[in-house]
Amino acid sequence: MHLAYPAVLAVLLFCVGLYGVLARRNAILVLMSVELMLNAVNLNLVAFDVWLRDKLHAGQALTLFTIAVAAAEIGIGLAIVLLVYRNRGSSDVDRLRDLAERPDGSDPDDGSDPNDDTPGRPRPDHRAEAAA
Amino acid sequence: MTLAAASHGFLSPTGVEIAFLLVGLVTLGAAVVTVTTKQLVHAALWLVVALGGIAVEYLLLTAEFIAWVQVLIYVGSVVVLLLFGLMLTKAPIGRSENADSGNRWAALIVAVASAAALVWVVTDAFRTTWIDLDGAVQGSTEASGRSLFQYWVLPFEALSVLLLAALVGAIVLSRKNDDRERSDGSERPGSGKQSGPREQSGSREQPGSRERPGDRARLREDQG
Repeated sequence: MHLAYPAVLAVLLFCVGLYGVLARRNAILVLMSVELMLNAVNLNLVAFDVWLRDKLHAGQALTLFTIAVAAAEIGIGLAIVLLVYRNRGSSDVDRLRDLAERPDGSDPDDGSDPNDDTPGRPRPDHRAEAAA
Repeated sequence: MTLAAASHGFLSPTGVEIAFLLVGLVTLGAAVVTVTTKQLVHAALWLVVALGGIAVEYLLLTAEFIAWVQVLIYVGSVVVLLLFGLMLTKAPIGRSENADSGNRWAALIVAVASAAALVWVVTDAFRTTWIDLDGAVQGSTEASGRSLFQYWVLPFEALSVLLLAALVGAIVLSRKNDDRERSDGSERPGSGKQSGPREQSGSREQPGSRERPGDRARLREDQG
């Protein structure tokens, strides 16, 4: 088999995943696109392992490790997304702007002053957003 | 590995190549639908098609163990986790018009530019390279297991520690959440008890209960 087939397929899958990461708004769809990118990398690893006939099977061992790390990543990622959803009421990555730098120091989203977001305090305004 | 282009026809593909190309087209189409559809649950289901197609590509590349691991872990657990996440975040079932953010055209430009650059580089680099699939099977379960437990034992054990850390992390994230919910839950039934008797007393003393016969009388007047 020509090596260009799996390599080009992996490149195209990676770029489709890149588009999804950049263009999607829902955080879970972003995680799906990350999975597509990881699978493109896995396909590359397997193809080059079969091409090089590696005695150590490094490509396939690394593919297995990548799959396991991806499973751990999706678990932690979904836990974080659910936590964000329960605190904020939405999982839109466009609306998570608490760490954004603003030139005037104001908060355009909810109108409260930025000093209000001390980490120890519960934040009832976001809770109210979630309930609304 | 053969570097002589003369021994292989450039435009006379073998059966494995044709099968790889067809499955690759299906996989790529499913991936594109996954990142462009406006129905969130359909995106997860198309992701199943894309990941299953990649598993078939692994089989065509004689990496059978990786293929079945792919089916078990990705199609079996990761997609189910994603579907649970979509359910728990109350994703809309039908079409949601704001599934794509405002920077989709910039994302499209970035993706197309990187795809063009990478396809050009990859095809130029591996133009005269062929994979020899006819020899001993490279990715059988026996070969993968032997190499994994002979040469890769230490990374394997480190990976188990990583999975344990991920498990503990997920539990910690969820437990912190439960504590907050519990403190909220101790407040919410109290307010519910305060508002509950008000509703009951209101329904007893409600002037609406006196209005209802009046309404019926009005209805009778209208009908009469």
